[in-house]
Amino acid sequence: MTTKSRVPLSRRGFLKALGLGGLTLLAPGAAGAGTKGSDRELVTVLDLSKCVGCGACVAACREGNAAKFPEPVKPFPEMFPARSKPEDWSDRRDVDDRLTPYNWLYIQSAEVEWKGETVAVNIPRRCLHCVNPPCANLCPWGAAGKQADGIVRINDTVCLGGAKCRDVCPWRIPQRQTGVGLYLKLLPRFGGNGVMYKCDRCHELVARGESPRCIAACPYGVQSIGPRSEMIARARDLARGMDGFLYGLTENGGTNTIYVSPVPFDLLDAALTEARATGPGRPHLGTVADSMADESNLAWATLLAPVAGVAAGVLGLAARTGKDKEDGHD
Amino acid sequence: MTRRPGGSRLGRVHVWIAAGLALTGMAQMPIFKRYYIADLPGLGWLADYYLTNKLHYALAAALLAVMGFAAARWLRDWRFHRRLTPLGLVRVALLAGLALSGGLRVLKNRPELAFDPLTVMLVDWTHLGLAVLLGIVALAAVLTGRSHYASPDS
Repeated sequence: MTTKSRVPLSRRGFLKALGLGGLTLLAPGAAGAGTKGSDRELVTVLDLSKCVGCGACVAACREGNAAKFPEPVKPFPEMFPARSKPEDWSDRRDVDDRLTPYNWLYIQSAEVEWKGETVAVNIPRRCLHCVNPPCANLCPWGAAGKQADGIVRINDTVCLGGAKCRDVCPWRIPQRQTGVGLYLKLLPRFGGNGVMYKCDRCHELVARGESPRCIAACPYGVQSIGPRSEMIARARDLARGMDGFLYGLTENGGTNTIYVSPVPFDLLDAALTEARATGPGRPHLGTVADSMADESNLAWATLLAPVAGVAAGVLGLAARTGKDKEDGHD
Repeated sequence: MTRRPGGSRLGRVHVWIAAGLALTGMAQMPIFKRYYIADLPGLGWLADYYLTNKLHYALAAALLAVMGFAAARWLRDWRFHRRLTPLGLVRVALLAGLALSGGLRVLKNRPELAFDPLTVMLVDWTHLGLAVLLGIVALAAVLTGRSHYASPDS
């Protein structure tokens, strides 16, 4: 797997140019050569060679996060127009072979031929907690946000359930439950459709310095968590040790979840696709380009445009046009 | 002499850019697909969140260029023989607020920066609220025949 050689914009230079140097207090330092993200962000590394698919992580997640699961009000408001359909998982809470509002982690299994052997790989799947998460960047309501520790969370008291976060997520991770949340108090027929749910990496435990439940519950030590640069080094060491492959380090511009596998991820993705084990609620393992790369470049345009406008005004480049028009009539 | 500094051409450019920003800004909400607007021939792009977001950035850059130009011309020439109308002053303040809140959102969307989620939410709501207010004030200005931002000193 290759790492994109994308040169990141100098944070200090960008802020200095904008006269917002004070914001660097909020800005993280660089971590890991060739990757984005800071050492204040915590990364989980999953050694897939150790995962036997026992499901202890899934059970711990479901049990520990049960208090956060939605309790929808029924019957659901009739929505307008008719194409807006409710999404209801409340009667299927036991589903654990895909992501749902009641199941934030599940295990994919794939068998691939590699180096003359059949290799079975189990892959715990959940939100990857992107370094520059499009779900948080593009939520029009500010309901999804990224914390300084790298956790990407959806605020269930604010989310309106428009599902834009799912549409822009490269893995379509967030899942919707209708009949719950703020939209019921606004215009339930005409806007919103519930609340979006996904892994919050047990933020309340992480805030206390503890490990997320899936990590603590794993009897095989599949997962580990720590500062970004440390965990990137660990993932690379693991990959070197097993002559393996990484996923999540550069996907979507970088995530705070790194899978280490003894077999290539494109083979795993192909096997999952062939087995129809990808689709709604079942994320793929394909290559993902940086979703926000164009916006990052366009940020320069918003910086330079007013400077160009001021320069044009000061130099009087458009003065003749303006003067001509001023002398005329609207 | 017209009461519109910069002439009608600059005014038209400003209006079209603002209209584009309003459209692409609204497209950030999941409404155009829900309400069949994106089903209309030629309007399918309104349901493409990434495309409309990039267009919003590009149009914001264009508006900032116009605002920078107008600010420079104001300080250099226009302020000596014009003054802002009350509705012009309100709209300038709203535009400045929109530029500031939008600028913060652009900064936040860079991978190197992490804003507190509550701050981001307040910035989002501020930007949305200011845009709605600007739309209302601009409509009132047009309907009352006072759409000019500045008038000649009497």
